[in-house]
Amino acid sequence: MLTLIAVFAPLLGAILAGVVRPFIGKHLAVGASILFMVVSAVAGVATLTAGLRHGIAPPVHVGTWVAVGNFTADWSLRQDMLSLTMVAMVSVVSMLIHVYSVGYMAHDKTVPRFFAYMSLFTFAMLMLVTANNLLQLFFGWEGVGLVSYLLIGYWYEKPSANAAAIKAFIVNRVGDVGFAVGIALTHYVFGTISFDGIFGAAAAHAGDGFRLFGTNFPVLEIVSILLFIGAMGKSAQIFLHTWLADAMEGPTPISALIHAATMVAAGVFMIVRMSPVIDQAPVAMQFITIIGATTALFAGTIGCVQNDIKRIIAYSTCSQLGYMFLAAGVGAYPVAMFHLIDHAFFKALLFLAAGSVIHAMSNEQDIRLMGGIARKLPVTWLMMLFGALALAGIWPFAGYYSKDAILDAAYAAHSSVGYYGWVCGVLTAALTGFYIFRLFILTFHGESRAPKHVQEHVHESPLVMLLPLVVLASGALGSGIMLHTDFIGTNFAGFWGRSIQDPVGSPMLTFGADPFWVEVAPLAMGILGIAVAILFYGLAPALPAALSQRFPAAYRFLLNKWYFDEIYDALLVRPALRLAKFAWHFGDEQVIDGVPNGLATLTADASTQTVKLQTGSIALYAFVMLIGLLGFLSLFLWVR
Amino acid sequence: MPQIGFPILSVITFLPLLGVFLLVTMQGDDAAVASRARIVALVTSLVVLAFGLYLWSAFNPALPGYQFTETAPWLAGLDIGYRMGVDGISLFLILLTLFLTPIAILASGSITRRVRGFFSALLLLETMTVGMFAATDFVLFYVFFEAVLLPMYLIIGVWGGEKRIYAAIKFFVFTLAGSLFMLLALVWMWRNAGSTDMVTLTHTPIPANVQIWLFLAFLASFGVKAAVWPLHTWLPDAYGEAPLPGTIMLAAVLSKMGAYGFLRFAVPMLPNAAAAAEPLMFTLGVVAVIYISFVALAQTDMKRLIAYSSVAHMGIIIIGIFTFTVEGIEGALFQMLSHGIVIAGLFVCTGVLLSRGEGLVLSRLGGLAARMPAFAALLMLFSLANLGMPGTSGFIGEILVIVGAMKVNFWVSLLAATGMVLGAAYMLVLVRAVLFDKFTRPELADLPDLKVREYAMLLPLAALVLWLGIYPSNFTHVFDAPVAALVQAHTASLMSHSALAMVTAK
Repeated sequence: MLTLIAVFAPLLGAILAGVVRPFIGKHLAVGASILFMVVSAVAGVATLTAGLRHGIAPPVHVGTWVAVGNFTADWSLRQDMLSLTMVAMVSVVSMLIHVYSVGYMAHDKTVPRFFAYMSLFTFAMLMLVTANNLLQLFFGWEGVGLVSYLLIGYWYEKPSANAAAIKAFIVNRVGDVGFAVGIALTHYVFGTISFDGIFGAAAAHAGDGFRLFGTNFPVLEIVSILLFIGAMGKSAQIFLHTWLADAMEGPTPISALIHAATMVAAGVFMIVRMSPVIDQAPVAMQFITIIGATTALFAGTIGCVQNDIKRIIAYSTCSQLGYMFLAAGVGAYPVAMFHLIDHAFFKALLFLAAGSVIHAMSNEQDIRLMGGIARKLPVTWLMMLFGALALAGIWPFAGYYSKDAILDAAYAAHSSVGYYGWVCGVLTAALTGFYIFRLFILTFHGESRAPKHVQEHVHESPLVMLLPLVVLASGALGSGIMLHTDFIGTNFAGFWGRSIQDPVGSPMLTFGADPFWVEVAPLAMGILGIAVAILFYGLAPALPAALSQRFPAAYRFLLNKWYFDEIYDALLVRPALRLAKFAWHFGDEQVIDGVPNGLATLTADASTQTVKLQTGSIALYAFVMLIGLLGFLSLFLWVR
Repeated sequence: MPQIGFPILSVITFLPLLGVFLLVTMQGDDAAVASRARIVALVTSLVVLAFGLYLWSAFNPALPGYQFTETAPWLAGLDIGYRMGVDGISLFLILLTLFLTPIAILASGSITRRVRGFFSALLLLETMTVGMFAATDFVLFYVFFEAVLLPMYLIIGVWGGEKRIYAAIKFFVFTLAGSLFMLLALVWMWRNAGSTDMVTLTHTPIPANVQIWLFLAFLASFGVKAAVWPLHTWLPDAYGEAPLPGTIMLAAVLSKMGAYGFLRFAVPMLPNAAAAAEPLMFTLGVVAVIYISFVALAQTDMKRLIAYSSVAHMGIIIIGIFTFTVEGIEGALFQMLSHGIVIAGLFVCTGVLLSRGEGLVLSRLGGLAARMPAFAALLMLFSLANLGMPGTSGFIGEILVIVGAMKVNFWVSLLAATGMVLGAAYMLVLVRAVLFDKFTRPELADLPDLKVREYAMLLPLAALVLWLGIYPSNFTHVFDAPVAALVQAHTASLMSHSALAMVTAK
């Protein structure tokens, strides 16, 4: 019941704010959206506590969705620990961001629309995490993608926002093709798409083969890779990551909610959810590890040279999601979830703090034009510092616990991809410390580089924006300490219960046996990164410029984000548009239409003449009908 | 078998003719006649719709065969009869026709010339279409199938756009040429079975080598109607040039005639040929999905873009039918319904712009979301349904076809799924060009939002889109029995044939 309230209250809020708004007015619409979000958050936390106290309840059946042949999917809400944890996190973070948005969007003209989208997003996200079958998960998956599209393009007068919105949707859809086909293949193999049915039979199908490219592959490998392709799109992993940075065109609260805390983590959640299947697919797991580790490092390098405050954090998100996949890929699913939850707190915090800065700087987002505002924005400064320390993985902040656990697990896997993941991850730890403190120092410290009129208007944000920051900051500080025993520590098996079953030989079981230098390497590298950032941007500001001049090619390569956009544009986007024009003008108009058109033109000429006699069309038809009837009758008589 | 006291199918089929009669005999000056004609047509279509809903409520979904059957001798010596009946496959196609006719009538605000004639043609079209879906005699089917052409041809040719004659002739020649082949097939099959009763025809075996020829004949006629690539080129012209109500009926209902024909004739009566043609049909379907989606992406006119998207969806339907799986065929049927509703909604949206004196050239639109929020929301909903967003009707059919195709061939499933990306591409381009960015011209800022009559058209369609998307079981439940029977019969006939072949080989 509580889960039901938690999931459907935001939908009600969205309907009130979106559809009923003309009848109830702007303020009531926004108020309703927030009120129902608070209800959802309370119910979300309550259902988690109830689950912890009294044990998990069976799924709530809401109704039948699709039932065709043996392809059936219900509307139902799963209530295992994995779902409940996500419900609590999503509803609480979303509620905080709803509150924050009251302040941030105060000057916007269509605020109810914004809140309607946000509530709708929360509903879709909750449907995703409580899904009890693959199809409902896909419903939530596409739903969050849709609202993400709508919110990236929220300021639709801006061409760049529209372009970014369409890009996000289409890149995600590329991944979704993998997901949809993965669902179809799952159904083909298991004869069901309900989670219980799949998980129960996963081991039995481990040996099944499937012919593709004339070779026999283990079918669960193919299923896992297809599903992971879906996850790569949603979680912006390398090759399908290009949309995430552009998505920063949306309002900042959205970047915090959708593109940091919740939606982009859905890919990780899905892989963890499907872990009983993924476990049976060792090659797919290696693939996940490699993609995750590579993304972590790759996005980290880009984050080091970007100048837009939101884009830096966006690449950081990309990189952190890579960490989570790295953990999932080596079989440490609880660790992936741990980092997912921690990351939700500190990354939402970083985005909202960045929003507070942008708000104060008259919508400026370039960190080269900031600086020296620490004293004017003391609370924001402190909050951003908390977020930065948590991201960089400094004790006792959240990132320290979860990131270290990921790298421990990668090392403990004792496989070549595990070591690859560990090396990438440790390097990324240094980059993370560097780029986030580069951002921090350039934003808050040193001389102000902003234009004079902007400097004069710098002001601390209102309380309604600061309050959510404080709550999230306590999460960034405390979640690691508080959660690590349950999530990944001694009690992890009891906490997750049957929702995550760890495979034989999972690194979860051999934690803490790594050598000392392995344990401290990430923290040391993080501190090193921070030190370099302080050296470059605090003590010797001439250094970075000198470096970029010394290595211009490398600098441009990173600044242009490894040229992914340019390559995709040249290889995919423009050829596709050219192909489209070609298919239309040549294929359709000339080739296919050529033959009949010759005929048709002749007839059309003739009939244009007859139409002038007013009766042309009817006469022609009558004539043809007559011929047809004659032919019909004579055929019958003839063959009889 | 449920029977009610009167021949309901004939009533539904021929009641619109009563409306036509009233329209033709109307007296008075032109303006008065025009406004009364609108009301008469609308009331007639609503009464017919009420009968249709009664039919649905009385329908027993557990039975696979025809219900409410009517038989009357016609050409008794040739065993050609007036036979009507409805099963789970045709029920919703009839209802779709009945539902969309009033919407088409509401959408004919722009018709000011020969109003009486126009509404007569529309009601005539309703009669012919319903008759075609309800006929269970091949000759009767053929007559209605051909007769649909008459009113549609007039609607395009008399009330259409600038290039209406070209479009009308093209439409006419294409479809007529195709159906002549069906006539030949009809004659052969009647000779073979001695009857034109469709139930008898379905149960009369046909030698496998003849089946191929018959199948090709059906492909020619139904393929043109369903706009299967490369027989589709009449469609963008016809959709583009027809007046709005005509476009709605063409796209939403008439395009289903072809797919219906495949399901009624080609698959159950020619199982071997259908199975043999499977690779061909998959290829045509996949080409339609991919190639046509690219063509749609290049379009510069809103109506033509939607028309091409319609052809792409036909590809999905064809793939679904030829999987011969319950999921695939029900997916195709569901897609037929969904596509009918969604495409009608999209075309009504173009009508909203046309009635405000705007053109449909995409580069001259834009920014409408700011001043027309209700219009924007509804256009967005239909666009999302068209690109297969879960929660809307478009998704269910698409995923069922993908699932069904997976049982047959991985690659067909994957290629059909690429429609998800391409569909998103062209629909989002459309939405952006119409609703987003800044106004391309200052006049666009003065357009008023939806009026009551437009709500009356769009809201029922929107409600159906959501109903079909969120609780499709009301509809798929009705498909279950006949489709299961169809698939079973198909498998069985292939089994017996191969078993026979093995016996003779020994």
